[in-house]
This record gives sequence, structure tokens and C-alpha cells, in this order.
Amino acid sequence: MEIKIAVKNLNAFYGKNKVLKNVSIDIPQNKVLAIIGPSGCGKSTFLRCLNRMHEVVGGTVQGSIMLDGEDITRKDPVLVRRRLGMIFQKPNPFPTMSIFDNVAAGLKYNGKTDKKETAEIVEKSLKQAALWDEVKDSLEQSGINLSGGQQQRLCIARTLAIQPEVILMDEPASALDPISTTKIEDLIFELKKNYTIVIVTHNMQQASRVSDFTAFLYMGELIEYDATKKIFTSPELKQTEDYVRGRFG
Amino acid sequence: MKFFKNKNGSIYTSNNLGDIFFEKITGFFAAVVLILVILMAYEMYAGAKPSIEKFGWGFLVSSAWDPVREMFGALPIIYGTIVSSMLALLISVPLSIGVAVFLSEIAPSWLEKPASYLVELLAGIPSVVYGLWGIFVLVPWIRNDVQPFLSQNFGFLPFFQGPPYGFGLLAAVLILSIMILPIIASISRDIIRSVPHDQREAALALGATKWESILIVLKEVKSGILGASMLGLGRAVGETMAVTMVIGNRPLISASLFDPSYTMASAIANEFTEATSDMYISSLIHLALVLFVITIIINALARLLVWSMDRKWKTVR
Repeated sequence: MEIKIAVKNLNAFYGKNKVLKNVSIDIPQNKVLAIIGPSGCGKSTFLRCLNRMHEVVGGTVQGSIMLDGEDITRKDPVLVRRRLGMIFQKPNPFPTMSIFDNVAAGLKYNGKTDKKETAEIVEKSLKQAALWDEVKDSLEQSGINLSGGQQQRLCIARTLAIQPEVILMDEPASALDPISTTKIEDLIFELKKNYTIVIVTHNMQQASRVSDFTAFLYMGELIEYDATKKIFTSPELKQTEDYVRGRFG
Repeated sequence: MKFFKNKNGSIYTSNNLGDIFFEKITGFFAAVVLILVILMAYEMYAGAKPSIEKFGWGFLVSSAWDPVREMFGALPIIYGTIVSSMLALLISVPLSIGVAVFLSEIAPSWLEKPASYLVELLAGIPSVVYGLWGIFVLVPWIRNDVQPFLSQNFGFLPFFQGPPYGFGLLAAVLILSIMILPIIASISRDIIRSVPHDQREAALALGATKWESILIVLKEVKSGILGASMLGLGRAVGETMAVTMVIGNRPLISASLFDPSYTMASAIANEFTEATSDMYISSLIHLALVLFVITIIINALARLLVWSMDRKWKTVR
């Protein structure tokens, strides 16, 4: 099993407040890693450290995050973010752009301006995000007329268009209805063939359904990290068992 | 119990006397505003009637502003008003957007508050103070440095020809652009700030640079910035004191920014006290009516533009 991202002794801060304490996780390639834990345990912060978004809101980090052997904490954040796409909790398409332009938005930042190539990538990304059939006749319409679930898949297509290596998802289905949630989960199964996926979720069933590995965070510390099956059936620690059984959290 | 229809047409009930009283009294005050505007327009029309009857539409296209022979044509004054305001907008809008972007996106928090306060302070300075500053600082600077420089280097253009008085259109444009900056900048700043943070994060997560993410935000608020600019334009068109003090006050249509000019507001303020004949007074009120109508047109256009952009925002790209 190949390691895509090796996180070592990661500490993250908001001002003086330490939100992640010495977290070390090896994230395997082409697998889905779920991060679970109660609110405020630092799981979103962990995700945002991986693509340098933590610093956008004024946070700082210590430790190393090796992506294919390169420490991304020492690289240009703009270049890092092109390799690690991110899906947010609330769908956030650009409201003034058409569906087409939303998907093409990231290409411009990455220096791709050829019209034909752009159109091809947009179509491919929308197909990958299982949205193409629903929007192919309305590509020039604004993205905000879509339903919440469609908007989230539009955001996924937008991220896929820049051809990242890793996709980070921050509770991608928590604002969606059950049917849309199922679609997103099906999508995750499809995507893990080509991408490494890290998903933060509140929903225990979702974690057990979609992920191969699960990491349980509590109060900024990594409590247990193992194969999802193990975490949900026979975890090593009682604390983990209590949490996945819904006894606290 | 009584039944009422609210403005959506649905029926609700209320037996609360306070509610009924509140509805009537707010409705009354809302109506007062409308009635005041209509009364004002009517009063101006009545006052301007002799002038309207004598000059008709010719008032708008004639250039003769001659109180002695009682010939009044407002074209140069309308021209001066529109040109000075538009040029001020041309200078002020890019500056204001720069200020707004800096305050909302770039400035560190310790600098942002005092800088915002200073910008808003600019709006609080009385316009006569701007006028004095114009006379003693701006005009000499324009006369001694700006105009000689412009006519030496760009004198082949019709805009920069003529003797350097200092007083004139250029001084008025510069002073107006400073005066309308705070209103455009502070409204734009608030509008930019109202864009949800997730829009910036969405752009950044796609590998946008900070500048590219700001561009995304600006694109989303362009109708709001347009509205802010229109408000600035409204202020520039109506500005009286500071402009009167530096513009030179001569009804003149000239391509050159160095020449003196005149605006409707400053003409009314300057000449009302010396208007001795009835026709003179009537013509000034006529001028006020024109100013009133132009202001309404500017506001209507602003609404229309904002509205059409909003529609675009919601349906098609």
C-alpha cells in the first residue's frame, strides 16, 4: 500500500489556542480516509492544514506534511492547493458564473486557456461528477438555480477539473437531503479509483459506508487510526468504541 | 375581530389597537415623503413657469446666459455640471474600489479600523472647508505645477490648452473626486464584506492567488459598486459650495479642462441673491427644476442598471 500523504507530528494553532496536538497519520493512495470525532475535535482543521487553507483564517502549523515526499508546509500554498482539491460543507458555486464557467474557473488559474481543451475538460469533469446528464442543456445558466445536491456535485466537478491528486471533503453531504447524500457517496466510490480522498464527517454510518480507513480525533489528539472495519467492529480503545456506538460525542 | 389584507394579499386578523395605529401612522409618514417630493416638483414648476413659457426647450439648448438682456439659456451650465461630475466619477471610482478592496481584504486588522474611520471622516468635512482648501492649496498647485506640466507635455490635446488660471473645470473635478470618494469607498467596502467568506475560500481552494480570489468577489458585487458610484454621482451633481469656490463660475462650453466653467447648483447659489427681475428668478428656478429632473434620471438609471444586473445574476450568466 502506497502512502500518498505522510503527516508527522502536526500541531495546529489559532493564535495561542492549540487545536491539533502531535497528529501523525499516513494517508494511503487511492483510498478513502474518514476523519471522525465530536464537534471541535479539530477534524476540519486537520483537513484544512492539508491544503494550506488553515492559514487563510489566520492559523499556524508546526510539523511536516509530506505529499509524495515533498513537505507542503514549505511550498507555495497556491501550488499546493492545485494538487489537493477541496469540497466544502456548504455548496459554494460562484453565483455570477454560468455552470460552464464554474467548472472552468480553476482552469484559468492553472494557466489553461485553450477553448477546445477547456470544453473537453468541463464535459469530462461534469460526467465524472455525475452531473452532466442533468445540466448538459443548461450549461450557460447560473449555477445557483441548481438544487443543493446538484450544486455540491457542481463544486466537485469544479474541483475535478483542475485534476488534483487528492480530494479533501469537509462534511460534503451534511447540508443535503438523503437522496443527494446517496449520490455524493456513490460518487466517492467512483472517485477513489483515481484519487486519494480524505473526508471529514459527523455521520458515523457515512464513515463506515464510504471509507477504507478511519481516524478518530478527540480534543485535537489522534485517538485511534485503523481500517474502517476494525474501528467500527472491534476498536482497540474503549473511548473509540463508545464514540462509534454513539455513547458520547 | 377585524380582517386585514397585508401587501401580499393574504388575510390576517388583528384586534390589537396598537397594530392598527402603527400601520396607519407609518403609512402616513411614508405618504408624507412622496407628497413632499410632488409638492416640491410642483412648486418649482410653478416658479419656473414664466421662464418655461418664454424660452421653452430652448432653455436647454441655448448658450446665452445674459441677465442684463434677460436672455437665459442653460446649456453651458448643464454641460459644466455633467462634465465635472462624470470626470470626477472617472477619477474617483477606481480609487474608491482600491480603497474598499484594501480595507476589506488586505489591511491588517489594526490598520483597518483607523483607516476606515479616516475615509469616513472625509465625508464629514463641511464642503466650504473643501472649498477653502481648494482656493489656498489645490488651485495654486494646479496653476503652478499641474497645468504647466500638462500643457507642455500634452498641449496638443484640446483638453489641456489655454492659459493656466488654476480656477476652472480641472480644480472642480479634482475637488469633487475627493468629496465623493468616501461615499463610494465605504459603501463598496461594506458590499465587498457582505460576500460570504466561502466564496474566497472556493477560489483559493481551486488554486487562485489572493488577487484572483479578490477579482471573483469584485465580479460578484459589481452591481453594488455601480450603485455606490451612482450615489457618488448624485452627490457630485448636487455639490454646491466647494465647486462654486474653485470652478471659476463662467457659463462656457470649452473642451479645455483649464477653462472656467459653471454648474447648476453653483449658478443657483451664486445668482439667487442678485436676481432682481422676475424673469431672472424664474430662470434660476427653471434651472433647479432641470437639476431635479437630472437627479431623478440618474437615480432611475442606477436602479435600472442594478435591477438588470440582478436579473442577470439570477437567471442567465
